[in-house]
Amino acid sequence: MQAFTTLNGLVAPLDRANVDTDAIIPKQFLKSIKRSGFGPNAFDEWRYLDHGEPGMDNSVRPLNPDFVLNQPRFQGASVLLTRENFGCGSSREHAPWALLDYGFRAIIAPSFADIFFNNCFKNGILPIRMDAAIVDELFREVAANEGYRLTIDLEKQTVTTPSGRSIAFDVDAHRKYCLLNGFDDIGLTLRHVDEIRAFEAKYRIEQPWLFNQ
Amino acid sequence: MTAKTLYDKLWESHVVHQEADGTALIWIDRHLVHEVTSPQAFEGLKLAGRKPWRVQSILAVPDHNVPTTDRSHGIADPVSRLQVETLDQNCADFGVTEFKMNDTRQGIVHVIGPEQGATLPGMTVVCGDSHTSTHGAFGALAHGIGTSEVEHVLATQCLVAKKSKAMLVRVEGQLQKGVTAKDIALAVIGKIGTAGGTGYAIEFAGSAIRALSMEGRMTLCNMAIEAGARAGMVAVDETTIDYVKGRPFSPTADQWNAAVAYWRTLHSDEGASFDAVIELKAEEIQPQVTWGTSPEMVVGVDGRVPDLSQAKDDVQRGDWERAYAYMGIEANMPISDIRVDKVFIGSCTNSRIEDLRAAAVVARGKKVAANVKLAMVVPGSGLVKAQAEAEGLDKVFKDAGFEWREPGCSMCLAMNADRLEPGERCASTSNRNFEGRQGQGGRTHLVSPEMAAAAAIAGHFVDVRQIV
Ligand code: SF4
Repeated sequence: MQAFTTLNGLVAPLDRANVDTDAIIPKQFLKSIKRSGFGPNAFDEWRYLDHGEPGMDNSVRPLNPDFVLNQPRFQGASVLLTRENFGCGSSREHAPWALLDYGFRAIIAPSFADIFFNNCFKNGILPIRMDAAIVDELFREVAANEGYRLTIDLEKQTVTTPSGRSIAFDVDAHRKYCLLNGFDDIGLTLRHVDEIRAFEAKYRIEQPWLFNQ
Repeated sequence: MTAKTLYDKLWESHVVHQEADGTALIWIDRHLVHEVTSPQAFEGLKLAGRKPWRVQSILAVPDHNVPTTDRSHGIADPVSRLQVETLDQNCADFGVTEFKMNDTRQGIVHVIGPEQGATLPGMTVVCGDSHTSTHGAFGALAHGIGTSEVEHVLATQCLVAKKSKAMLVRVEGQLQKGVTAKDIALAVIGKIGTAGGTGYAIEFAGSAIRALSMEGRMTLCNMAIEAGARAGMVAVDETTIDYVKGRPFSPTADQWNAAVAYWRTLHSDEGASFDAVIELKAEEIQPQVTWGTSPEMVVGVDGRVPDLSQAKDDVQRGDWERAYAYMGIEANMPISDIRVDKVFIGSCTNSRIEDLRAAAVVARGKKVAANVKLAMVVPGSGLVKAQAEAEGLDKVFKDAGFEWREPGCSMCLAMNADRLEPGERCASTSNRNFEGRQGQGGRTHLVSPEMAAAAAIAGHFVDVRQIV
């Protein structure tokens, strides 16, 4: 996994609540057996005017000019600013894969759906929960200032605006540690292999019926 | 000793290791696998030269991509076919038990787990699928995980997790005739919103829940995720134990007795405290119909589409305006004026035998309305299909003009050939009405099986209480 330490990135505003994983990456693209290449189909139904299918040449498809990410000023954005309950719906990890492949490394919203939130950390994306009132202000600042960038420092747990205002955010110690170092969970968990074995041995005696099949 | 919730008991009995910040490793008893979210996990495992920790804990089935029409010639779409073949190959490579596409035990992963007794009380159950919450109906701790976590569970038999807060949803009283577990689920979501359960594990309790069959409890827990909760659960009682008894993966003989003795402890203790409590009166719940593009956009069947003055804030007003436009409906429109083009009875929410029986009661001796282009019934598994056929339900549906299909996810998410065309409106027993969920531009209204069958016959939504 790619580590996340600091990021200075252009911000793209997606002013909707309850953006679901079907919107982030529609189901027809879930048929891929790979982890990469989902970026061109992130937000496919909003982003293009035609219907997307796997295998199409996305570079020649008609773009929806009304979709915010298609505006020239937001090209190259790496911070997504959005509203509450972002990433609700399915557990598909294809959603963070698509956002990462598109270029997003951080997402700021008042709240996230649990599974999506979790999936972000496994893929080097930092989801940041922030007060709805602050998110509102950020939306206004992005709208008013072309080229609006935020600086995110995971170690210090701060987001800094262009005017120098620093906003603190929370992150779990374990997740922060993994993200800062780019550690994948399996390697870390296997450090506890003796504990897992001991648990299994004890558990086999307590609930032997779970080990029949 | 302090009183514990069911969730406390399930959690504590599975903690292998805990960090200072509360992050824990919890042991996983059952790992269900399907073709969409597993290929990258198996690939990761192979690349790292690892093997599944406990291969017997895994049960795999293809469900999302399988055709619901004749399968004897395989899957026509090459991309879908490759995904199913990849699952077959991975299961063969690692020795994982798999019910292949043409096995009669094949079906939707959340239908076959319980049906086989592969889901048991007291277990931790995971699957790379958000509706894994379904299995909590058995007094199990069950939640959906992402693909990286699928690989993690394969490699370590553990999941990295942090304990959630506990929410109690108590429903007391008796449901009206024609009102179902699906309506309870939608009413709860209507009340707390799709993010209302975020960060919580929900326990459903109260006399109305006790009175539900296992099928009903599964429907309810299935939709816990639509309320934002990763896990839903119901305490173990006689209904649970009766259902589990005698299933292929269930314990037998002495082990059965030991298991039952333990399972009977799986309920919240008297006086256990919850971080949030929501209460509903069963009598007040009406058959529910969603009108918008989120399960929380829901009203009773004799209600109307709400107007913007009822929205709680600007963000919700924006959501509702977009939903009116996408759904092609207007504020204040009576729900019964909404006409449907297609009807889908199926999905892991409502495709079990009891669901099909209930829909058949409404369809028996009637005809699908002329304006309904397609009404389809997709059983949740091959065994549900066989049971329904033994009871003659297939004939009831076919005589009424419904199509009777092979088991799978089908038009719940339209990864196979079953889908809505742009602008088509569907009464669906599935769990998500998101934009494009059942096909790009498709318009989904979530309802119970009874309500879906009634809409197929009338051609528009009707109050099923006046029929049954
Ligand atoms: S039936 Fe629908 S919700 Fe259930 S597992 Fe299949 S696609 Fe997911």
